[in-house]
Parts: sequence; structure tokens; C-alpha cells
Amino acid sequence: MANLKRPGPGGPGGPHGHGYQRPKDLSGTIRRLLGYIAHYKWLLILVAVCLVISSAATVGASYLIKPIINDYIIPGDFPGLFRMVLLLFGCYLLAGACSYIYARIMVQISQNTVAQLRKDLFGKLQQLPLQYFDTHQSGDLMSRFTNDMDTVSEMINSSFASVISNGLTFLLTVIMMLVLNWKLTLISVVFLLLMFLVVKVIGGRSRVSFQQQQTTLGAVNGYIEEMIEGQKVIKAFHHEQKSIDQFAVLNQAYCQAATRAQAYAGSMMPAMGNLSRINYAITCCVGGLLAIGGVFDVGSLGAYLLYVKQVSQPVAQVSQQVNILLAAVAGAERIFTMMDVEPESDEGKTILVCVAKGDGPLRETAQRTGRWAWKRPDGTLVELRGDVRFHDVTFGYTPEKTVLHNISLYAKPGQKIAFVGSTGAGKTTITNLINRFYDIQSGSITYDGIDVREIAKDSLRRSLGMVLQDTHLFTGTIADNIRYGKLDATDEEVRAAAKLANADGFIRHLPQGYDTVITGDGGSLSQGERQLLAIARAAVSDPPVLILDEATSSIDTRTEKLIEQGMDSLMEGRTVFVIAHRLSTVRNAQAIMVLEQGRIIERGDHHQLLEEKGRYYQLYTGQAELS
Amino acid sequence: MIKQLFPYTKGYRILMVLAILCSAGEAVLELLLPKAMSNIVDVGIANGDRAYILSTGLQMTVMALAAFALGIGAAALAAKASMGSGANLRQAEYEKIQQFSFRNIEQFSTASLITRLTNDVASVQVTLMMGLRMLVRAPSMLITALVMALTISMRLSQVFLVVIPILVAAVALVIVKVGPRFTALQKRTDDLNLVVQENLNAVRVVKSFVRSKEEQEKFSQRTDALRSTAQKAFGFVVMFLPIIMLVMGGTVSAVMWIGGGYVHSDSLLPGDLMAFFTYVTEILMSLMMVSMVLMMLTRSIACARRIGEVLQQEPEITDDAADPQLEVADGSIRFDHVYFRYNPQGSTWNLEDVCLDIRPGMTVGILGGTGSAKSTLVSLIPRLYEVTEGSVSVGGRNVKDYTMAQLREACAMVLQKNTLFSGTIRDNLRWGNDQATDEEMEAACRIACAHEFIERMPDGYDTYIEQGGTNVSGGQKQRLCIARAILRNPKVLILDDSTSAVDMATDAKIRTALRQTLPGTTKLIIAQRIASVMDADLIVVMDDGKVVASGDHKTLMETSSIYREVYQSQQEGVSIDG
Repeated sequence: MANLKRPGPGGPGGPHGHGYQRPKDLSGTIRRLLGYIAHYKWLLILVAVCLVISSAATVGASYLIKPIINDYIIPGDFPGLFRMVLLLFGCYLLAGACSYIYARIMVQISQNTVAQLRKDLFGKLQQLPLQYFDTHQSGDLMSRFTNDMDTVSEMINSSFASVISNGLTFLLTVIMMLVLNWKLTLISVVFLLLMFLVVKVIGGRSRVSFQQQQTTLGAVNGYIEEMIEGQKVIKAFHHEQKSIDQFAVLNQAYCQAATRAQAYAGSMMPAMGNLSRINYAITCCVGGLLAIGGVFDVGSLGAYLLYVKQVSQPVAQVSQQVNILLAAVAGAERIFTMMDVEPESDEGKTILVCVAKGDGPLRETAQRTGRWAWKRPDGTLVELRGDVRFHDVTFGYTPEKTVLHNISLYAKPGQKIAFVGSTGAGKTTITNLINRFYDIQSGSITYDGIDVREIAKDSLRRSLGMVLQDTHLFTGTIADNIRYGKLDATDEEVRAAAKLANADGFIRHLPQGYDTVITGDGGSLSQGERQLLAIARAAVSDPPVLILDEATSSIDTRTEKLIEQGMDSLMEGRTVFVIAHRLSTVRNAQAIMVLEQGRIIERGDHHQLLEEKGRYYQLYTGQAELS
Repeated sequence: MIKQLFPYTKGYRILMVLAILCSAGEAVLELLLPKAMSNIVDVGIANGDRAYILSTGLQMTVMALAAFALGIGAAALAAKASMGSGANLRQAEYEKIQQFSFRNIEQFSTASLITRLTNDVASVQVTLMMGLRMLVRAPSMLITALVMALTISMRLSQVFLVVIPILVAAVALVIVKVGPRFTALQKRTDDLNLVVQENLNAVRVVKSFVRSKEEQEKFSQRTDALRSTAQKAFGFVVMFLPIIMLVMGGTVSAVMWIGGGYVHSDSLLPGDLMAFFTYVTEILMSLMMVSMVLMMLTRSIACARRIGEVLQQEPEITDDAADPQLEVADGSIRFDHVYFRYNPQGSTWNLEDVCLDIRPGMTVGILGGTGSAKSTLVSLIPRLYEVTEGSVSVGGRNVKDYTMAQLREACAMVLQKNTLFSGTIRDNLRWGNDQATDEEMEAACRIACAHEFIERMPDGYDTYIEQGGTNVSGGQKQRLCIARAILRNPKVLILDDSTSAVDMATDAKIRTALRQTLPGTTKLIIAQRIASVMDADLIVVMDDGKVVASGDHKTLMETSSIYREVYQSQQEGVSIDG
């Protein structure tokens, strides 16, 4: 199904691709995010109070310079000066304490919120239908959990508070400047307008060049990923120099774009800072002239100059934060989009229960008896026998393209049913319908006479053991991985399962045996060894029905021969669906279905099919080619 | 670390010096302003001298304009120098990796090499940029401000003797405490991401075993662990600003109180007090800047170290002993008591005492179970790994005598885990021979039985292959890879289980075509199916790193029990395209 995958919105390089992205629904996303934070209403009110106090105390402290110089230092009022200095320190103390309190609270709120978001998103991930994973790249989904969560956390942690605090400080500072001298304020207003202009111009250009930087970076990273993954082929073909040359071209393009982007971004701060300094110079000059004219005093000038220095900071900070803020909202939007995806539907009410059967009727029991039954919503029990039937089933992954046409088949309890056919014929698809990885468009599938749609998905899947073509292992010990099939399996059970799959031998050769830790999807094990583990994992779960999808494709025929006995005892008494491209594996099946382009073209056991001299015969004798 | 990465700043060092000078210049000019301001207050206003005020004001404006230019210049120069050095570093690292042998690559693992080339370089390059702009600027501000403060009032400057140690101690404490907490945070983040990654990969396993509750539980635990670690780490970081604020407030108050006295006793002018006041804030701000840059530095040191590891790694296989003129004469291959192990420290051999003598043009089949070291054996021929003991010769000469270009040109290998690259089918085939004509490509594809299906594709040879070759089937991919190798027109062609997904009839067709069209090429075929190698001139049976039997089919049926066993297990086993 891999070919269904389309490149995600991140484009080449996927997770690295999110540059300055604008959210589509700004207010809606913010409102929803606020819904998460609103949980901490009282703390947020405390934060707001602290923010106001801290801003006011900072701005107020600067104003105190005026009375200190004019009314206490110049006249020489020392007791008064001492009181004022204490007041000044008090202001700073208050500002510092308040800013610590709100920052600390915000850390708490942001981490709690993000933890909640993470859990919600992961919970959602578990409910998503397989279709979703088929159509989205895992790198792209991964970046919701990493990049997007990080930006959201960063936003709640600092940007929110910072924007509010800077806005407040800016407002208060301008008011104080007006209070001190409205004429000088006019000069400052001109410079503030200049600053806004700079933010707009440099900001605009930097956005454009940042986009270029991200695109070229995506190309560089994409190239690195592809080439390093294929590094062994590069070596075998002695292609090193060519790949170095190609890399150099991309690297240079990125370097140029990055230089431009960083130069723009980097000039923002010096531009703002120095505009503020020019403002300072001119204010000094004009303020001095005004002071000579007697309309201004030295203390006010001192306080005013402090404000000139202060007022540019909020502008610069907010201009930087806005981009982070927008990127974070865009990230939050992607997270919410994923949360809003329709979950896997599960309307089934029939559940799987353990039963004990004496002489009388079935009796539900909490113990593991090895016997199972379906419990209908009305409480009646139907013994699980493993009778699976397809009635005229039609299915397509997308509505436009039908993959299976009018499939009807039955598997009687204990039968081994095999599917044969080339890639894309629909073998794996059939097994994916039994466990309801996908839902059929028409027809019906019954399990012991019950429509699978009436069975709760968890129960349905618990009754089916699957060994899949691509083996996936989890980080943890070998024993943990086998135990994945049955969480409370004892060491003996684990070992027995491994022996059955003929995995015991290689496991005991590993440095820590069953306690060897597997990392990176079992990358240090060969594909064949991983398949043996997957078989052991299915064996320990002891399911009533087994689905083996190319379960032994990477195991050499000699080893396959060795595990045959184990496999046979595993399959004994169970209904088994087998997909294999080695015909020797399927030879002893009670029914072999030959599939071609989503249709069953032949069915029968090995001898019947050979006698028919049809497709199976051709495949078996090596005369036919299917691709 | 710096010593190791410094060479990659080549070509940008002048820019770096200029960037540093610009930012230092900006800092100095910036700090001359408050002193000029105090002159306006103490001289201009005090004496009512308008002309003085105007001329000083003009001077200040000019200085601020100059600072403006220097500031922008510093930003642009720093961007150019750091991004350029970053590109150098990335290029050098990439080139280094290209020299790596298979063993080198495996040591680092593919995923880690990718991180080292992408994230780590990005982090170092940003740190370099910030370093260029801040690391010099902050100390020059500190020094200038201190000098200015001292010239204004020695006595008042004594407050710094108290303040600076307090601040340094506080900042140092935070940094020391924060470092390990961030390391722990990174660890927790990795733990969490691992769960997500594994669940994305193994979604079918989780669903079919109905383990989503357990996975959610696992995720929940790790989320909570991450949360509490993050709260501890950031809880410390947020102490930083309030501490600075408090120290600043304390200093300013002290300066006002003490300085106020001096002003009253006429030993200090009011303007100077105001200027001094400004310098106090600048000194504290610059200290804060230094500490922030230091914090960033410590974080990217780990990245730099990881890059350094790659750059320092000695490529295991080099052309040092090779004769650049030497060409591979023919496709004869000789293994002379070859021993090999992947792990140089290991005690067990992966290949043990292998002796083989293969004449040019022979078809050799190699059989053996999983883990019997078949792939290892053939990888030694194009010198993808270096033998540990003994020697491998091709064309009558030790493989070490050839340059890798010559050797690998002559020995084409189709790997078991093969890769197609994003690009058209034609682009991919050109890997074999970039001068190949359309006719040659078609001929190669006919041999590999790939021509038929390529023709059936809507764009034929211009069909675009997605990254990793996800839009062709396994069997098609294998046939394309074989065609790519045939295009080399090699002396030795190695097929490492390269037709496992190809149906039996096609497999036979490919083998016949190879025999007919490449009679002079030595063909080594690793196969699972005995039928694929039954008609070979020589069949080598491997078990546990040793050659346990060799000969043609007839001989082996008589002499080798393993061979017979495999044969019997497969005699009814015919496969079809999977």
C-alpha cells in the first residue's frame, strides 16, 4: 500500500519544511488552544495580575528618577532620598518577584497543557483507521509530535506572556513619555513609526528569504536522507564523486539562501536598537535645548531618556514573537486537524469471552481456558469455531479503484486456506478485511455466522493472530517482544514459543540471550531472524484463527523446513489463512485460491488445481509470469 | 572542538574578523552616547550653551548612524561567514562519509549519520553566527562600559566590586544546574519520540494484537516523565531574568543613594550620575548576554563533538596501496585462506579459511542458510569490506592493488538490500554507465527482463521512480537493479539474492540471457532457490562462515548432505512473483 502515500504538506524534507507557515483559521485555532489553557483559569488570572504589576513596576521605577534627581539629590534631602531609593528598590523587587511568579506558573501551565495535547493526540493516533496511515507519511505525522508540539509549548511558555507583557510595557512607557513631555514624545513617535516601517520592510523580506531558505534546506536534507540511506549502493557503484558534486550544488544554493535570510533576520535587532539610539541622540539635543529654555528639567530628561531606551525593546521583541506565534498557531492547527480525523468506526457489540464447557451449556469464565465464545449483546454465547465466510465482497482502498471484485469464499473451522497471486492481486487485502483493518463496500464477511461488523474490533482482532510481511519489533528485550503477543506470558511460555518458531537457537547465541535489548526496529537482526520472532510472538498469543502473510518469505528454505513442524503444530486445529509466494508453503492447504486482479480465478486443493492445468499449474511448473 | 572545526572557516576568516570588528565598533559607539549625554547636561544645560548642545547632539547622531551601519554590517557579515562555514563543514562531512567503508557506515548507523549531517551542522552554524555577533560584542560592551564608568567616578565604580561577583555567581549557578537538566530533558524527549515512531511503523502490529491501551499507557508514562523533567529544567531557567532584574535594581538603587550624596557634595555632576546609571545597566546586560551565549555554546558543543567524530573517523579502506594505472585484466577470482570478522575485537570469525578459485566467465552459485555469510563472502570481491586475514585477488592481482574506482568499475554488485533513487528509470540506469545510449540501456533491460514492463509503463524509460522505489513492485525493482549493474559491462557480476521476488520463469530467462550475452563475465549468484544455481559451473555451499562443499550439481548431490537436504526441501518448491 506504500504507493498510496503522497508527499505530505511538508514537502521534501518533511519535518524540516515548516518555515513561516500561516494558519488557515487563526481565531478558531487560538480559541481551541485557549480551551486547553482555560482549565487553569485561576492561575491565568494570577498570571495576568503579575504581568500588570511587573510591567507597571518596571515603568514606574524609571519614572522615579525624575523626583529623585529634582526633589531629593539636587536639594540634598537625604532622609527623603533614602526613602525614595528604598521605593526604587521596592519597585524592582516587585517587578522581579512578579515576573518570576508568572514565568514559573506559565512553565507549569504550558508543560501540563502540552502533556495533555500529546496524550490526546497519541490517543487519537491509536484510533485512526489504517487508511490514514496509508495516505500520510510517517515523517509528517511524527513532526506533529515533535516540531509542532515544541512550537506550541514554546508559544504557551513564553510568547503568550511576552507579547502581553511587552504590549503593556509599551503602552505604559508611551503614556509616561507623554506625561513627562509631549513635545519630545512627538520626536519619539516619529522614530517609533520608523521602527514599525523597518519591521514591515525587513520582516517582509526576511519572510520571503526564509521561505527560500526552508525550501533549499528541504532539498539538502532530502538529498542527504536519500543518499545516506542508499550509501551502500553508492559505494558499490563507485558513485561517490558524482554524489559529492550533486550535493555541492544543493549545499551552495542553501548557503546562499540561508545567508540572505539570516542577514535580514540578523539586521532586525541592530536596526531597531540603533534607530532607538538616534532617537536618544536627538532627544538629548532637543531636551537640552528645552531645559535651557526652562520648560524642562534635568530629572525629567533623565527619566525620559530611560524611556527612550526602553520603548524600542517591546517593539523589537513583539516583532520577533509574532512570527513564532503564527508558526505555533499553524502547528497547533496541524495538531487539531489530526485530532479531528474521523476515528476508526467500531459499532460492534459482540465481544470475545473465555468459556468453560463441561457437559452442559457454555459458561463464561474469567480464566484462560483456551476455549472462546462470542457473547452477543443479548448475552447469548456462540462458541468460537473459526468459521470465516466472505459473501460477495467488493472492496477498494479508494472509491474510484476497486481492488477486490465479488469475492466469496469460506474457511471451515480448522481449515488451512491459501492465497496465491502476484503483487497487487489482492491477497493481503483479503486478510486485512477479515480483521477489519478496512471496511468493505458491499457484501458481507461472517465469523462463526456473525457479521464481523457486529463484533467489537478489539475482540475481533484478539481472536486473530497475525504474522505480517513486514516485521516490526519494539525497543525492549527479545523476551518483551515475544511477550507482546500475550503480556502475562511466563518465561517458559516465551521460550516454548521461541522454540516452536525455531528462534530459540539464534536467540541463545545473542550476547544477553532473551534479555538482549533490541533497538531501531531490530535493525541488528536479519530479516529472517525478525520473522522468526514475529512467528514466536503470534504463537505465544495462541489465537483461534491465524493469518500468515508471507510470514516465512525471508527465511531460507532449509530453516523453513526446520520450523515446518512447529508451524504445523501451531496451525493444528485452527483456521489458518496463508499467503506465500513459495508454493511449497501452501501445498498442503485444504483450499488454494488463485487471485488475479482482485478476482478468484481458480480454487481447489493442490491436486485438483494441478489437474485443472490452469493458472496454478502454469505457476507451479514455472511457465507463467505474473507481475 | 574549536581547533577541530576551525579549518572549515577557510575563506571566511576575513569576514569573521570584520564581523567581529563591526560588532565591537558598534558596541563602543553605543557606549559613547551616554557620556556625550552627560556632557549635554553638565556642560550644555549647566552653562546654557546652545551651540555646545547642538554640536554634541550632532556628534551623537553621527555616532548613532555609524553604529547603525556597523550593526547591519556585522549582521550581514556574520550571516555570510557562518552560513558559508556551515556549508564548508557540511560539504566536508558529506565527502568524508563518501569515503567510508561499509563497516564505517555500520558503526555510525545510517540514522545517526543523517542527524550529524543535518541537525548537528545546523546547530553549529547558528551558534557560530550568534557567537560572531555576541561573543565579542558583549565583552567589548562590558569593558567599554567599565572604562567609562571608571572615568566618571572611581569611587562610585566600587559598587561593581560587589555586584559583578554576585551576578556571575548567580548566573554560573543557573548554568551549572540547568546543563544536566537539559541533558535529561533531551533523553526524555528521545524516549517519547521513540514510542511515537515505533507506533507509526508498527501500527498494524499494535492494531492486530489490540495493544493500543498498553501503548497509550506507555506513552502516558513517558509524557509525564518528560513533563516533570521539563518543568524542573524550565523552572530553573525562568529564575534567570528575575535574578538579573533584582541585581540591577539593587545596583541602581545603590548608585542613586551613594551617587546622590556625591552630587550633593559636588564631587559628581548630575549628568554624570545619569550616564553612570546607564553604564550600570549596560554592564549587567552584557554580562547577561555572555551567559546566554555560553548556554547556547554548551548545547551545541555536543553537536560539534558528534560532527568531529565523523570527520576524525579514518576511512577503513583507502587507495593508498593502489597502483593508479592498474586495470582489472579479467574476471578470475581467487580467495586465498580468507578470514574475516565484522567486529575487529570479536572472537568469532564471520568467514573462516575460505579458499576459492574461479576462472573468468564461470557462473558460480552460492548457497547457504540465513546467516551463513554468503553476502559477506561476495562483498569482499569489490572490497566493500577489508579481509581480516588472507587475500582476495581479482584478475590475478590482490584487490588492494587496484584503485577502488578501477575495481568497482570492473566488479558490479547487485546488493541484497538494493535502492533505487528518485529520478526517472533512465537516471537510475545511468548509475551503471552515465554515457549509456538508449540502445545500450534497452539491451541491458532486455537481459534483465525489465524492458517488457518498462515499455508497458505510461512514460516508459522516463517513468519517475519515487524515493526508495516505492512505485515499482519488488520484482520490478530487482530487475531494474540488475539492468543497472549489467550496464557497467563488468568483468565480474555479483547478484546477491537479486531475483528473490522474481518469478521462476523470468529468473531462468535472466540467467540464460546473462550466460549468452555476457560470456566473458564471471557471474556470482547468491540464491535461496537451488533451481537458480543448479546449472552453474561451480556451486559453493556455505554454512556458518565456512565453505562446506563445492562442485557442480551432480558432484554435490553425491557428496554433500546439506546440499541434498536443501534440494529435497525445494524439489517441489516453485515460486512465483511476490
